[in-house]
Amino acid sequence: MLSVWMILTAIAVLGFSGLPVCLLSSRSVVGQRIATLLMFLGSIIGLGGIAVSFNEATTPTLCVPWFLPFGQFMVTIDAISILFLVPVFIVPVLGSIYGLRYWKQSEHQENGQRLAFFYGLLAGSMALVVIAHDAVLFLIAWEIMAIAAYFAATAEDDNPDVCRAGWIYLIATHVGTLCLIAMFALWRHATNSFALMPIVGIPAETAGTIFVLALIGFGFKAGIMPLHVWLPGAHANAPSHVSAVMSGVMLKMGVYGIIRMTALLPMPAVWWGGTLLILGAITGVAGIAFAIGQNDIKRMLAYSSIENIGIIIIGLGLALLGRSLNQPVWVVLGLGGSLLHVWNHSLFKSLLFFNAGAIIHAAHTRNIDQMGGLAKRMPLVMVLFVVGAVAICALPPLNGFASEWLIYNGLFNTLGFDGNAGFPAAAIAAVPLAMIGALAVACFIKMFGAVFLGSPRCESANHAHNQPLSMIMPMAVLAVGCIGIGLFPIIATVPLDKAVKIWASLPVQTVSITTAVPLGWIAKMGLAFVVLIGVIILVLKNLPRAKVVSRAGTWDCGYARPTARIQYTGSSFGQMLVSLFNFILWPKTDLPAIHKLFPSTARFKNIVPDTILDRLIVPLFRIAGRYLPMLRILQQGQTHFYVLYILIIVIILLICGSIGV
Amino acid sequence: MTDLLNAVLVIILVMNLFALGTSRINAVIRTVAIQGILLGIIPLLIHKHLTIPVAIMIIVAVVIKGTVIPTIMIRALRDAQIKREVEPLIGFLPSIILGAMATAFALLIAGQLPLASQHYGTLLVPTSIATVFVGFILLVTRYKAISQVIGYLVLENGIFIFSMLLVEAMPLIVEMGVMLDLFVGIFVTCIIINHINQAFSSMDTRHLVSLKE
Amino acid sequence: MTDKIIHILLLIVMPPLLLGVINKTKAWFAGRNGPPVLQSYYDIIKLLRKGMVISTTTTWIFIAGPVVTLAAVLLAGMLIPIGSFNSPIAFAGDLILFAYLFGLARFFTTAAAMDTGSPFEGMGSAREVTFACLSEPAMFFAFLVLAKLSGSLTLTHMLHGPAEGFSSAMAAPLILVSIGLFVVLLAETCRIPVDDPNTHLELTMIHEVMVLDHSGPLLGIILYSAAMKMFILGTVLLHIILPFQTRTMWINWPMFIIELLGLAIVIGIVESIMARLRMRHIPGLLIAALLFCGFGFILLVRYNQ
Repeated sequence: MLSVWMILTAIAVLGFSGLPVCLLSSRSVVGQRIATLLMFLGSIIGLGGIAVSFNEATTPTLCVPWFLPFGQFMVTIDAISILFLVPVFIVPVLGSIYGLRYWKQSEHQENGQRLAFFYGLLAGSMALVVIAHDAVLFLIAWEIMAIAAYFAATAEDDNPDVCRAGWIYLIATHVGTLCLIAMFALWRHATNSFALMPIVGIPAETAGTIFVLALIGFGFKAGIMPLHVWLPGAHANAPSHVSAVMSGVMLKMGVYGIIRMTALLPMPAVWWGGTLLILGAITGVAGIAFAIGQNDIKRMLAYSSIENIGIIIIGLGLALLGRSLNQPVWVVLGLGGSLLHVWNHSLFKSLLFFNAGAIIHAAHTRNIDQMGGLAKRMPLVMVLFVVGAVAICALPPLNGFASEWLIYNGLFNTLGFDGNAGFPAAAIAAVPLAMIGALAVACFIKMFGAVFLGSPRCESANHAHNQPLSMIMPMAVLAVGCIGIGLFPIIATVPLDKAVKIWASLPVQTVSITTAVPLGWIAKMGLAFVVLIGVIILVLKNLPRAKVVSRAGTWDCGYARPTARIQYTGSSFGQMLVSLFNFILWPKTDLPAIHKLFPSTARFKNIVPDTILDRLIVPLFRIAGRYLPMLRILQQGQTHFYVLYILIIVIILLICGSIGV
Repeated sequence: MTDLLNAVLVIILVMNLFALGTSRINAVIRTVAIQGILLGIIPLLIHKHLTIPVAIMIIVAVVIKGTVIPTIMIRALRDAQIKREVEPLIGFLPSIILGAMATAFALLIAGQLPLASQHYGTLLVPTSIATVFVGFILLVTRYKAISQVIGYLVLENGIFIFSMLLVEAMPLIVEMGVMLDLFVGIFVTCIIINHINQAFSSMDTRHLVSLKE
Repeated sequence: MTDKIIHILLLIVMPPLLLGVINKTKAWFAGRNGPPVLQSYYDIIKLLRKGMVISTTTTWIFIAGPVVTLAAVLLAGMLIPIGSFNSPIAFAGDLILFAYLFGLARFFTTAAAMDTGSPFEGMGSAREVTFACLSEPAMFFAFLVLAKLSGSLTLTHMLHGPAEGFSSAMAAPLILVSIGLFVVLLAETCRIPVDDPNTHLELTMIHEVMVLDHSGPLLGIILYSAAMKMFILGTVLLHIILPFQTRTMWINWPMFIIELLGLAIVIGIVESIMARLRMRHIPGLLIAALLFCGFGFILLVRYNQ
């Protein structure tokens, strides 16, 4: 029980950590420091609570009736909650430290207080979401989270782009919430209770409907394609530490919802897992393809978050399939990999968003095509970026590889070995996963090359400088996490195994991750790789004449006056891939025609808009905006008309009832 | 035997895709010729003992498809002085993908068709369906008259594979008749190609539209 | 133990020989005498004994590129079995590590190319990552086929096939897979028809253009790791197209070497009789490879149960 109280305290401290900023003068940075301190305290208490809960024999639960007509205040801290609590207690506090310099109160007087308040509230509500075990409490926490994220993300609401992104987010999240309300209503109908407890023996159709509603409702939050429409804009326009929290932690709340609901529903059908596998593959490939098409560094990162959600969903689909077909190994590897990827993504994506913030802070632009050469100006930031990029591309020996390796192993296991029939169609998902991996390398090389390498393409990039320690430190912590999990993924297996067992209600002695795959080899190979690099460097150093004999400009192929502008930009780097994927990306290309022998100055433009948002939803809304006002005739403003409407409805209902519709 | 048969059939499938993907008409003709020779081998792999009618059929098929028809076509090509299909209706890559989709479709539906049980293990049926599809794709998407002849040839190859299932039931004379039709058809077309070429100074079948009036 | 030592020795010593054999074959086709077969060794040794010229634009990434690439390729070489012998390192799931080590090498090679700020090198790295997006899925389809056939997730067992050897029933999917893998081999090692290792026109190159600015020992390392990559992928392919072994173990080593040299000659022949494809047609070739491997998988699952 102690752990529940500790975590509830942590939630309260986190949730109200922004108050001191609001109470003090808007110029004072003291409030911001106190807020950061409070967040730090809250996170420490929360992490302590998690540690305590490991030693408690039973799953700690707190259940008290409350004043609201529905539901009750019921929180439980089981292994699944713990897995999602860890990022909640790590990323926001780092973001808060980062924000001390990034969003200095004295420089952002007009919105700093609001940002601080809702930032804290966002962190607290996310923690409440993952421990709530009652539908009503869950929805309340969910809604607070959605609203807090809205206000935190639209801190700069004097900018029309930010406003637009905020509106889209608000609409999307509420459509999602609507689905969730429908789902919980159905849940209540099926179980006669709002408590989120495992149920047995409900009809397959009801379970299927609940699953679909959960998938759509939580899919909006997680950013599963094609429900991702709000995500790129909101992430790009929010302050970077808020983007880090949104991408690193808040998206995972959607994943959490799907995982929680599938844990509660009995015996999933095969099509559940199949749907998730297909959706995951589409989300992953399309997400990273869109990322390659962008020029805005934060939009790229946002789309890459969609890609990672796709990977997580693939793992989850595999686990569901394993549960339907009674294959514990698939469950363990699928869910284990997907949960580990949740952790990993919150580490490296927050790292990269912090990094992007530092870059934007230094270069005063979000367009990567105008940057370049920052490696020499911000060497420390660049090293951290390399760690994040290698990790997010799932390359060994960092953490992204560990989680994808588990998912791959699971997928290959569906081929069916040792007389096991298997389900080879699911194994095909390994191919899109491989494609995602290769595309991710392309995407992050594009970003890395355009931002850090070469020479600066504009004046502000030229004057970029290293960032203060309080911005570097949070990144360093996350980078250490990436390396740690990458080299020793074994440390994560204990909580993962626990969560998997709760999710699939497997008996204790069945397979665990370590018995299913030789995870120890990942550590050995990672270390071997590091040693190998050391040996090669040593050999290289000891070659008789391997010294730099001269330094000269880059080989210009005989061109006499090379400038920084002839470098390959991010757009040109992605051009081939964009045209390869133009059947989903539909880029808008503005190609100047070359007529004369000495053509005049021309501009080439290539923009990749969001296919779903800009080509489907916005036109639809425009049509709706044109025709729906006709319905305003109904709104006469005179009371007796409204009474008449009620009468008509009553008559219609009576007729319907009498025919028995 | 079935395994070897399947291997041959897979090579035939690969050749289909190659025929769709290459722009050199010469290479396509050679591919189809080799395909014809491979088709001749198939009866050897299906039947345990060689009967005389089957042997005759093999020899005729190999001679006609593997040598005579390609020779006629290459000569027609030389006379018309063209080397490659310049602009097909849909590009080479999309036609490969289309062909691949057709092949996948054939592989998937072949299992559902009501067939005699001894044919389930082999790829005869899916290969024949896929080859027919590829023939159609070639016929529909290519403009040059000679490429359309090739499409027709591939189509016939597909039907030939299907007839392997019925070789015992079908009299030799029917197969011979088909072969003769094919030969005459292609012979005539190649002559026509020459005439189209002289009349329009091109082999583009789109010009035939002007004959409408 | 001896086998492991021979494995490592072959992995380290043999790769440049393949380049020599390819060049000799091409020279023979062109009616020239050609450089000696050992020329690549001389080149690499010469380069290792030189100093370096480094661009002022570059950072440590420029040096990290070749170093990380060599380390990744070496480690990948430890995971594959050679001939009939087991690989020195084998564990379930090593095939994924194998594929991703190449990804790691690609990350650092392309980053090092971008580091110079040269437009040509940018071009090369853009092409490299683009083509990898198609060749890597093809490789995974091939792995799926091999894993299903052998019932194992260890490269050693996958490539050696099932305990009783590849049966003729597996021929159909294996033909498709070996065609696909051969294209992947040509693409990954940057040979004709995907890339021309001899051209000196920067606009048309992939791999060579990425290393324009590397010199001295760094260039030597790059040449060496490229050769090693070819050695590794060639070995993988050999397991599928020539899965024959003798009972006498020691004969298998020379047999393997002859087979690999034969493959090098085949690559040389392909290079001699084919022209490089136009850059925008290369994705088509790779998609075809992907389709072949995919068909192999469908065939296997659908008809070999």
